[in-house]
Amino acid sequence: MPLIRSDKLPVASDGDIVMVRQRVRAMAVESGFSLVDQTKIVTAASELARNTLVHGGGGTAELEMLVQGARRGVRLTFRDHGPGIADIAAAMRDGVTTGGGLGLGLGGAKRLSNEFDIQSRPGEGTVVRITRWR
Amino acid sequence: MADVDRIPILKMGHFLLVSIQVDMHDRLAMTLQDDLTSSIVKNRARGVLIDISSLEIVDSFIGRMLANIAAMSRVLDAETVVVGMRPAVAITLVELGMSLTGVRTALTVERAMEMLRGSVGEAARRGPADATDPV
Repeated sequence: MPLIRSDKLPVASDGDIVMVRQRVRAMAVESGFSLVDQTKIVTAASELARNTLVHGGGGTAELEMLVQGARRGVRLTFRDHGPGIADIAAAMRDGVTTGGGLGLGLGGAKRLSNEFDIQSRPGEGTVVRITRWR
Repeated sequence: MADVDRIPILKMGHFLLVSIQVDMHDRLAMTLQDDLTSSIVKNRARGVLIDISSLEIVDSFIGRMLANIAAMSRVLDAETVVVGMRPAVAITLVELGMSLTGVRTALTVERAMEMLRGSVGEAARRGPADATDPV
C-alpha cells in the first residue's frame, strides 16, 4: 500500500500523549478527514497512547499517511516492550482494566477505527495498529 | 497553545466557573479535579459550571474526570453542569463507550446558569426541615 509519509514519536510522558494527539490531528486534516472522522482517530490515538504509557511503561507511536486508489487513510502503530497482555480477549472487553482507568481504551479504539490489530506476548510487549480511512 | 500547569477557577456568587481552553495532559486534568473539589468546600459553592466548548476531544480520561467532578460535587452538596460539548465530540464519546452517566449537560452557558440557579432555588424552597415535616 503506497505510503505518503510517516512519523515516529516517543510515548514516554503525559506531554507526549498530547503531542501524539496534535500530530494525528494534523495528519487527519491533511488527509481530508471530516471533523467527525478527525475526532474519532484523535480520540482513539489518545486512548492507545495512554495504554502504551500506563500499561506498557512507554514506547513509540508511528503515524503513517496512506493512499489506496482514491482513498486516503491514517494508520497508527503503538509499540511498547512492557509486560504484554496474557488474555487479549479479556483486555478488549469494556470495563476490564488493570490500570485504574475505565477499561474502555482498547475496545473503544477498535470501535473508533476501520481496521484494528493487536499483537502481544507476555514479557515481550504489545503492538496495536489501527487504520481509519477517509 | 500555551503550556499551563493549572486551569483557572472563577467564583461568581454561589457558583464556580471553569473554562477549559487547552489540550489538557492527564496530570492537568487531575489537578483540576482536586482544585475544584477544594474550591467547592472553601467557597461553599452550590454549583460548578464547566465549559468544554474549546475541547477538540474528550477521551475516557477526560470523561472520567468530568464524571468524578460531578460525583464529588454532589457529595459536597453542589451541582455540576458541563457546557458546550461539540457535536463531533459527543458522537465520538458515545462510540467510545462513555455516556457520562450522572453528568448534567447544557448546550449554552445561559441554559447551564438557569439549571444551576434552578437547583439552588429548589433546595432553598425545600428548606432543611423538609424531610421530616409532618404536613
